[in-house]
Amino acid sequence: MLSLRIVRRIARGLPRSLGDPLFKGLSAVVAIGVVALLGIITLVLAFAAEPSIRRFGPSFLAGGVWNPVPPEVFGAAPFVYGTLVTSALALLIGVPISLGIAIFLSELAPAWLRIPLTYIVELLAAVPSVVYGLWGIFVLAPTMRSVIEPAVQATLGFLPIFQGTPIGSDKFAAGVILAVMVVPTISAVSREALLAVPANQREAALSLGATRWETTRLAVLRYARAGIFGAIILGLGRAVGETMAVTMMIGNRNAISVSLFDQGQTIASWIANNFTEAGPLELSALIELGLVLMLMSLLINVFARLMVRRVLRRGEGAA
Amino acid sequence: MRFPTHVAGLPLRLDREARRLWKDLAMSIAALLCVVIALIPLGSILVEATARGLQAIGPSFFSLDTAFGGIGNAIQGTLILVALSSLISLPVGILTGIYLSEFGKNPLGASIRFFVDVMTQVPSIVVGIFAYSVILELGQAGIVSTRLVFSAISGTLALSVIMIPFVARTAEEAMRLVSTSTREAGLALGIPRYRVILRIVLPSSASALVTGALLGVARVAGETAPLLMTAFGSGFGFSGLDHPVESLPHTIYTFALSPYTAQNQTAWGASLVLVVMMLLISVFSRLLLRSRYRVGGAAP
Repeated sequence: MLSLRIVRRIARGLPRSLGDPLFKGLSAVVAIGVVALLGIITLVLAFAAEPSIRRFGPSFLAGGVWNPVPPEVFGAAPFVYGTLVTSALALLIGVPISLGIAIFLSELAPAWLRIPLTYIVELLAAVPSVVYGLWGIFVLAPTMRSVIEPAVQATLGFLPIFQGTPIGSDKFAAGVILAVMVVPTISAVSREALLAVPANQREAALSLGATRWETTRLAVLRYARAGIFGAIILGLGRAVGETMAVTMMIGNRNAISVSLFDQGQTIASWIANNFTEAGPLELSALIELGLVLMLMSLLINVFARLMVRRVLRRGEGAA
Repeated sequence: MRFPTHVAGLPLRLDREARRLWKDLAMSIAALLCVVIALIPLGSILVEATARGLQAIGPSFFSLDTAFGGIGNAIQGTLILVALSSLISLPVGILTGIYLSEFGKNPLGASIRFFVDVMTQVPSIVVGIFAYSVILELGQAGIVSTRLVFSAISGTLALSVIMIPFVARTAEEAMRLVSTSTREAGLALGIPRYRVILRIVLPSSASALVTGALLGVARVAGETAPLLMTAFGSGFGFSGLDHPVESLPHTIYTFALSPYTAQNQTAWGASLVLVVMMLLISVFSRLLLRSRYRVGGAAP
């Protein structure tokens, strides 16, 4: 590490008493600078989005039209809607599976299986988003079209959200691929929350004659519920900001519709599809969309981290 | 013949006691099923990428540019982007990690840690927009050439912003594995704090630091969204830091959407390369950490 060597060399020439405060000061300045980036990103986006913010104001979020032909009108409603629907769907599918995994890995699996299995589940997070997208287009979408979506329609087809012709690249498919991508996040953080439950909670339940499942449900899950909730919100943060896999699966149609079997668009997918071809005002509107996404993700993550931190700290204290 | 009263140790009755035991079994199986379901996509991706990717990979696959059916320039571009990003992110990230681990046991440290954590979750496409906007504004102000908007430099800027918080947190975790007594031994010898950190703490946590750096590399090597609006992509090899540059994820994205089967095949080949790279990094860093735990006995 070249820069470290330079730091060392400079430090060596200094009087003893100066080295420590200088080094501490340098590392503090860098650390504060890194965190300041978060504010800088927000400010730069707000600055670049200014023409659009000034032109459309709050109606930007409610507007359903995106028309780059003069007089230009840009509204974000279909994308916000698509983001919320696909993220909700991802949680609906991903959360039960993630909880099952977390329970299995922390409570039920034999000791020799826990570490390798935890590791393999984590590998799901190592697959790049664009590879999920490629797999989505060529493997998942055909399966959705010919197997899964017809099956869902046969059983739940009376619901308005499952009307229409299954095409395989739609909001439903995007929700499914997002579910796959949030599972490693939610299961890893929930597992940590379960592991932070003190052993005497379990022992108390077991000594009363509870089965393992009853122990898990009454003594472990209940104790860790705030941490699990935080894990779910973290998963939501991941789903909201996810771009490539969704862009490749959602079918890219700019409209609000009830049926999950219709194509749609999320904030991220719309930005990815249009960013490099936009005119000046449209570009500014796309950057405003990015700002909306940034603020959504900040809100979600700050909330989730506060939640998770509180629980893990309590677990440590009680252990 | 005697009718069996138990199956696999569970009573064949329908009273309350038996229901509890059966429910316990059912829930265990359900939890196991969740693991199996979650691993189906991973297995499927590995199988498909291997099967379809190998068909694309021939002798010239790694040497030709994407314009001619290979992925040579994409590998080259990804290596350049990742190397440049690491050059920026590793020193900055490790210094931040040093602050958090060595000087960060105060409210300021706690809040920096908190926001660095939040930063690791900022959507990568937002970081792409940020890098694009910064360079565009600088360009319009005449400070840099507007050509830099789509260039290896803007791509590096975006990837660095993604990588820095990640490296900072893994570096902090790595240095926390070094025991307090090791630090105290150095301080007791009269060595100044900064030299204890640079010469004792950093070397002792080297393998964990390398692991964090590798995972950071893996994280940005697969990023696509921020590159769409920064490094952009190119059909040909590297032609300068101020020019657009191709990358593996960008190749996969554009060729996945291509109507030509040959290009779809190339996308699978590139995916195989990328996924194998990720798995190797992942397995290697795991082995590195484990060897450290065995030698140092510093398992958490």
